[in-house]
Amino acid sequence: MQQTTDIDPLVRARGLTKSYGHVEAVRGIDVDVRPGETFGFLGPNGAGKSSAMRMIAAVSPVSAGELRILDLDPATDGPAIRARIGVCPQEDSLDMEITVRENLTVYGRYFGLSRAECRERADELLDFVQLADKAGDSVEELSGGMKRRLTIARSLINRPELLLLDEPTTGLDPQARHLVWERLFRLKQQGVTLVLTTHYMDEAEQLCDRLVVMDNGVIVAAGSPQELIAAYSTKEVTELRFGAGEHEAVASKVSDLAERVEVLPDRLLLYTDEGEAAAIAVHERGLRPIAVLVRRSTLEDVFLRLTGRTLVD
Amino acid sequence: MELVRRQFDYWATTYRRTWKGSIISSFVNPLLFLSAMGVGLGGYVDDSSGPQSLGGVSYLAFLAPGLLATTALQTAVSESSFAVYGKFKWNKVYSSMTATPLRVVDILNGNLLYVGFRLATTCAVFLIVLAAFGVAGSIAGALGALLSAVLVGMACTTPVFGYSAWIKTDAAFAVLFRLGLIPMFLFSGAFFPVDQMPDTIEWLAYLTPVWHGVELCRGFTLGSAELWPGVGHVGYLLVWIAVGWLWARTAFQRRLVEASS
Repeated sequence: MQQTTDIDPLVRARGLTKSYGHVEAVRGIDVDVRPGETFGFLGPNGAGKSSAMRMIAAVSPVSAGELRILDLDPATDGPAIRARIGVCPQEDSLDMEITVRENLTVYGRYFGLSRAECRERADELLDFVQLADKAGDSVEELSGGMKRRLTIARSLINRPELLLLDEPTTGLDPQARHLVWERLFRLKQQGVTLVLTTHYMDEAEQLCDRLVVMDNGVIVAAGSPQELIAAYSTKEVTELRFGAGEHEAVASKVSDLAERVEVLPDRLLLYTDEGEAAAIAVHERGLRPIAVLVRRSTLEDVFLRLTGRTLVD
Repeated sequence: MELVRRQFDYWATTYRRTWKGSIISSFVNPLLFLSAMGVGLGGYVDDSSGPQSLGGVSYLAFLAPGLLATTALQTAVSESSFAVYGKFKWNKVYSSMTATPLRVVDILNGNLLYVGFRLATTCAVFLIVLAAFGVAGSIAGALGALLSAVLVGMACTTPVFGYSAWIKTDAAFAVLFRLGLIPMFLFSGAFFPVDQMPDTIEWLAYLTPVWHGVELCRGFTLGSAELWPGVGHVGYLLVWIAVGWLWARTAFQRRLVEASS
C-alpha cells in the first residue's frame, strides 16, 4: 500500500452499505481513493460494484455507513459534489435525437458553463476522444467504441477532479478497448483521479494503481495488482488441458507438483513459482495433456483463489 | 430555478428538430376538425334543432372552444407519455442528467416547463385558426381561453408524467389511452353538452379535468364566463396539477435514485 495517508482522500467510505428492500447489494465496505491515483473495483457481475459507484457518484443514497466525497456529504451536498466529478455510466445514455457535438454542449450547460465555454470544451474533447470528424453526425451512426468514447468525453465536460467509470470497456471489441484504455491512461497522466469498476482482470492490471476485489457485496482483498498477486497467487501458473471429464482424476496425480491445484471444467491450473519445471514433471509422469501453457499469475488467479470462482462466467 | 434554466439549451435543441412539423400540424388539425365537424356537421345540427338548443350559439361556436381544450389534452398526453417513458427506458436521458448538479425535481420541472411551452404554442396556433373562422371571441376572451387551455393541458400532463414514470412496460399506455384519453376526449363536453348523457356519465365527466377546461375555454370565447364557477374550475385544475406533480416527483425519484440500476 502507498504511504500517502497525510493527503486527504477524495473518496472516503467506512462501513458503506446499500440495500434495496431486503437485498443488501453493498455490505459494509471501507474505501479510500487518493488524489491522482487510479482506483479499481474488481469483481464479477452482481458483486455490488455498480451500487457502490452510484453512491460515490452522489446519486444513490447511502443506506448505512459513512461516505465523504471531496470532503463533502453526498446526502446534503449532492449537487455540489456532482458539479466537480465526472460520471461515465455502464450504459452510454447518450441522446440519440441530437448530434454528437450537441450531446456535449447541452450537457455542459447543466454544469452552469457558458455557451462559449461549452463550445470550446466540446471541440477540445472531441479532439481528445478522436471524434472531431463526427461532430455533426447523429449519435446513432456511431459504433459501440465511438459511443463509449463520446460518453467519456461528456463526463469530462466540467473538468472533473474525480472521474468515475462504470465498466468502461464492457461490450467493446479488443481494438476499441485498447483505444479507450489509451485515452484513460492519458487522463491519468494528466493527473485526473480515476475510479473504475471492471470484471476484466486485464483492465484492472493495466489501469489501476490500487484496487479492491469485491464479491457478494464485500471487499475480499485490497492492494496494488502486484501486491495482490504476490499475496494470493504464485509467480507462475501451468495450465494443462486434458479430455473432457479427465481433469478431476489427473488432479490427484499432480497435486504434489505445485503449491496448489485448481480444477476448472476445461483445464487444470498448477500454481507454482517454476512453471516450466512443473510442465516437464507432468510429462515425466507419463501424462499427455492436449495443451500446456505456462504463464504469469494474473488477478484472475487471485479472484479464483479468493472466491473459488472465475470472474467472467 | 437556476438549475431548471440550465436545461433550456437541451429543450431548445430538441425542439429545433421538430418545430416545423409541429407548427404545421397545429394548423392543419383544427382546420380539418372545424371544417368537417364545425361547418359540416354544425350546419346540419343548427338546421335540425334550431339555434336555441345550444343556448343561442351556432354549433361551430359551441364546438370551437371544446376542440381547443381537447387539443390541449392531446398535446399534453403526447408530450408526457412515450416522450417521458422513453427518457427512462430507451435513451436514458434523465439518468444522464442525474449525474450532473441537476436534482430530480429540477429535471421534472424543466421537462414540465417544456410541455407548458408546447401547450402554449399549439393552442395559440389553434386560436389563430379559430379567429379565422370567427369563433375565437374577443381578444381578451381569446387570451383567457389560451390560458385556460394551457391550464387544462398541465392538469393532464402532471398525472401522465407520474404514470409514465411509474409503469414497467409501454404496453400500459394502451390502458391509459383507452380508459383515459379517448373517453375524456369524447365525453367531456367538447362535442355536446354533458347533461345529454345519463347521470353517471355526466358526473364522471365533472370529475375529469377536461370538462372544467372545456367550460373555461367556452366561457372565454363565447364571452359568457362567470366569476365563481370559473374560480371553481381553475381551482379544480390546480388541484390536478398539484396532485399529479407530487405523484410524478415520487415516481421520478423512485425510478432515478432509489432503483437498483
